[in-house]
Amino acid sequence: MSAPGLVLVATVAVLYSSGFYLLLQRSLMRVVFGIIVLGHAANLSLMLTDRAITLPPILTGKEGAISDPLPQAMALTAIVITFGVTTFLLALAYRVWLGDDNDEVPDDVEDRRIGRLSEPEDSS
Amino acid sequence: MNLLLAAPFIVPLLGAAATLLLRRTPRSQQTVSVLAVSAVIAAAAALLVVTADGTVLAGQAGGWSAPLGITLVADPLSALLLTVSAVVLLIVLLYAIGQDVGGLSRAIPQVFHPVYLVLTAGVCLSFLAGDLFNLFVGFEVMLTASYTLITQAPTRERVRAGMIYTVVSLTSSILFLTGIALVYGLTGTVNLADIAQKLGGAPAELRTVLALLFLVVFGIKSALVPMHFWLPDSYPVALTRISAIFAALLTKVAVYAIIRTQTLLFGRDDISTVLLVLAIATMLVGILGALVQDDINRVLSFALVSHIGFMIFGLGVGTVAGIAGAVIYLVHHIVVQATLFLVNGLIRQHVGHTSLSAIRGMNAVSPKLALFFFLPAMSLAGLPPMSGFIAKVALFEAGVAAGDWLALVGVAAGVVTSLLTLLAIFRVWTRAFWGEPMPDMVEARSQLRQGANRRGLRFMTATTGVMVGIGLLVAAVSGPLSEVAFTAARDLVERQPYIEAVLGTGTQ
Repeated sequence: MSAPGLVLVATVAVLYSSGFYLLLQRSLMRVVFGIIVLGHAANLSLMLTDRAITLPPILTGKEGAISDPLPQAMALTAIVITFGVTTFLLALAYRVWLGDDNDEVPDDVEDRRIGRLSEPEDSS
Repeated sequence: MNLLLAAPFIVPLLGAAATLLLRRTPRSQQTVSVLAVSAVIAAAAALLVVTADGTVLAGQAGGWSAPLGITLVADPLSALLLTVSAVVLLIVLLYAIGQDVGGLSRAIPQVFHPVYLVLTAGVCLSFLAGDLFNLFVGFEVMLTASYTLITQAPTRERVRAGMIYTVVSLTSSILFLTGIALVYGLTGTVNLADIAQKLGGAPAELRTVLALLFLVVFGIKSALVPMHFWLPDSYPVALTRISAIFAALLTKVAVYAIIRTQTLLFGRDDISTVLLVLAIATMLVGILGALVQDDINRVLSFALVSHIGFMIFGLGVGTVAGIAGAVIYLVHHIVVQATLFLVNGLIRQHVGHTSLSAIRGMNAVSPKLALFFFLPAMSLAGLPPMSGFIAKVALFEAGVAAGDWLALVGVAAGVVTSLLTLLAIFRVWTRAFWGEPMPDMVEARSQLRQGANRRGLRFMTATTGVMVGIGLLVAAVSGPLSEVAFTAARDLVERQPYIEAVLGTGTQ
């Protein structure tokens, strides 16, 4: 694999791991950032499927020396989708902030109910 | 033929644009969206008629031949699901219109219609997509619409629930994209039929990893245990009509995607054991969750999770009979789950909430509602002669015939789940419908009857009644239905008709 290809592989690995790390945080803003980073990782890994990634996508005269346009087309579509959804997610996060004055991800409703059940009755 | 294949998602998209322009005139907006969804039903029914004998229709968008261009495919499975989904979409739309006409809804109707039509388009495109990337696009269109729908009439609670829903769905979408990248890197194509041919030569371990990745992706969206945690937290919070359509369709589209990818792309030996174990876990965990809920909406949401297990069980068995059973179960469940959520919405209209500890004697307040709840609920539990019984018998027969011990455990789990479903429903029934009604409930009811929104309420009740009727109809036409299901399953197991129909049209 070519050097630019290797750099891309490393970038994708870093993006995925940091994306999932951010996704597991309690602050909603970090979760949103995690989604953004993960989106980039997925789009880049689409680009990675092209083995001739260093070559230009449009013919320059020499035959056969172009990169595969399909991953680029797919990545373009995916970028549009992730971009749109990210905007919506930011709006939602803002809304949560407005409603609660904090952006902490709440505990699972069910968890809390079960937690309450296990508490001794006379503790209150 | 291309036009027929494209109509189910082009028409609603055009309708969405039109309703957006018509936002100041609610009446014409409603007309346009009803017409658009009716057109989808017509196109889907036509596709079903053409494909019912096992024909696979393939169309190439823009005339680009198969592995290169965008392929649209309708086989018996997708045509059948398309038709049922379109009918349910229309009825829920009518219900929503009734709610708006009567002023019973606090949602902003201008936004509802365009987004609902976009959701329709996304669902249809997912069923018809012939390549992985368009399946992804169909899913995204559907999900993006659902993100906006779930946060309609945004209360604090709804925004929180919507946030969880959106983040979880997005995570699975990103994994889906990753899966597409891996498949494309491995085979150099995203066309489902082409992948099916080329993936056969790939190493078995790689195939298993990909199969598992796609199972996780669609498993999150279809709420398979242990990836179901988001569903009971988000669905019950949304407006009734929205949770009805979500419960009926969104998870089922994901189940369809699981069936499609696992049968077409990966051989049945790859992960059928995993499928069976997940199916058993889903059935039991879901229904045990349903048994301890206080809110009817939450009971129904957990029951929804549980019954996803039945369909995956059919796929895990992997024989023609098993997959046919799963297909019948899909059809039955789309109709029944939507009906129950609509009835639940009516209960909320009548008494203001759906908490089991605070409702009593609904039977006396509205006998019609009691009947509307009873029939689909019994179908869900699988009592003969309802559609649920027919679907479950088909699945259990297939499980026993497979003879594998895990399949037999699955059948046992299915029987236990059915009994527990009966118990869960019995619990709702005794608490909410039996006994003397509370005085404030009777009062709320009589106020509702005299108010200006009487017409809307009657319309909503009527549409729910139609939905109950369709549930009975599914049982009545079980003969032809299972014929189509078996044809669909045979096509899925053989794989060749699909591959030939797609790659045969224009590769030469």
